[in-house]
Amino acid sequence: MKHLLSINDLGAEGIDEVCRLADHFTEVSQRPIPKVPALRGKTVAMLFYEDSTRTRLSFEVAARRLSADVMGFSVPSSSVNKGESVRDTVNTISAMGPNAIVVRHRSAGVPQQTAAWTHASVINAGDGWHEHPTQALLDCYTIRDRLGSVAGRRIVILGDIKHSRVARSCVMAFTELGAKVTLVAPPTLLPPAVGSWPVDVSFSLDAVLSDCDVVYGLRVQKERQSEALLPSLREYTAQWGLTVARAARLHPDALVMHPGPVNRGVEIAPELLDRPNATLNEQVRHGVAVRMAVLYLLLGADPEPRSEVDTA
Amino acid sequence: MAERERRRTPPYGGVFVARTRVMDADDIGRAIWRMAHEIVERNHGPDGVVLIGLQTGGVWLAEHLAGTLQEIEGELPPLGTLDVAFHRDDIGLRPLLPEAPTHIPVNLDGQAVVLVDDVLFTGRTIRAALDALTTYGRPRAVQLAVMIDRGHRELPIRPDFVGKNLPTRRDEMVDAHREGVDIGRIVK
Repeated sequence: MKHLLSINDLGAEGIDEVCRLADHFTEVSQRPIPKVPALRGKTVAMLFYEDSTRTRLSFEVAARRLSADVMGFSVPSSSVNKGESVRDTVNTISAMGPNAIVVRHRSAGVPQQTAAWTHASVINAGDGWHEHPTQALLDCYTIRDRLGSVAGRRIVILGDIKHSRVARSCVMAFTELGAKVTLVAPPTLLPPAVGSWPVDVSFSLDAVLSDCDVVYGLRVQKERQSEALLPSLREYTAQWGLTVARAARLHPDALVMHPGPVNRGVEIAPELLDRPNATLNEQVRHGVAVRMAVLYLLLGADPEPRSEVDTA
Repeated sequence: MAERERRRTPPYGGVFVARTRVMDADDIGRAIWRMAHEIVERNHGPDGVVLIGLQTGGVWLAEHLAGTLQEIEGELPPLGTLDVAFHRDDIGLRPLLPEAPTHIPVNLDGQAVVLVDDVLFTGRTIRAALDALTTYGRPRAVQLAVMIDRGHRELPIRPDFVGKNLPTRRDEMVDAHREGVDIGRIVK
């Protein structure tokens, strides 16, 4: 595998392989010196056109724990402000010879384009409303870690599905692994093509809560609300928010997940985030191990031996 | 470990065909009995000795050695496992995925670590293991126990405790397991 642009690049087998490898990197992260020389001499470039805390830091930590070098790039201090195109920026970065480029952009398809412009491996760290594969991978890993497996689990994805790249990647990953996914959202926040997705859709949160293993809350993306899709945030919370009263219907072992950042009190009540079945911090911690696994798979575990060097 | 992995991974992958059995289960038991005594002798007793088996071929041997040490000294030494895939020097040259979990049960600072592997060949696995150990702490000493030393070293590494020195050709394979040690080759 050369690039990770979509969950579809992996399939069920690939997701399992990432999770198995992530187990090893979880162990590495627990060592007194949490660093291995596996990608020594490799360079990972970060190309983030959109704000990010956890994804970007997580990729940087992951690369460093594998002993790779990190090339940072942030739009506010770069030539993008002078009007440089994405293609020229990619060419410039490629000319410095990174082995991988981690791309986030507000437009869908930029990582795919980038892959066509560079020899480096390209990792999609979120493109518009399209996909965010490493988030879905770390969510699969978290569910697998907590519940043993993803297969057969009933997962409710709640909130702004339409504008959510996380939802798209998660739906693909969860269903690929055999979970039963139900989307719950106001009709205005469902994507038009939802009928072709392998999921159920419900417009009543209360009806599905008592009967699920995982509630996956999505952030209300205020920055992507171009039209008046919601009357008000208060009304959203009343109808679609995971409140303390609603959470009481959940099975005690059901997980409460969220990709972060959280609008506390909007899509989820702050009290619920501190309960033991909320996995937000675990998701972040697992994100490092999973991204180490992805980087190692793309840059280290070469599936095609290129050398006949005798390596015993 | 390397031997076992090499068998499965291209460009070496194929089926191992045994030619000669050089040790049987009893021979292995006697060798382990002697090696366990040597370990205790070298370390002036069992205190502070930690056995670490290299995944995957060294693990059964480390377990067997630990059991024998318990018979001799009455106490089971701490027993760990180590997968060195991320520390190897041939990452990118061949498919290299870790095989089995690493588990280091105790803090290694000040301990005498005995690395245990089935077959010592080029020494590259042991180099990787020494590198990996540094991420867990600073042992007082690191010693190496192997069932078979088959020669062909590519690095300045020598074993402290050896079950059997076995002269081999480079293209031969040695398979050391609980029931015996076979010498043979890979048929593709």
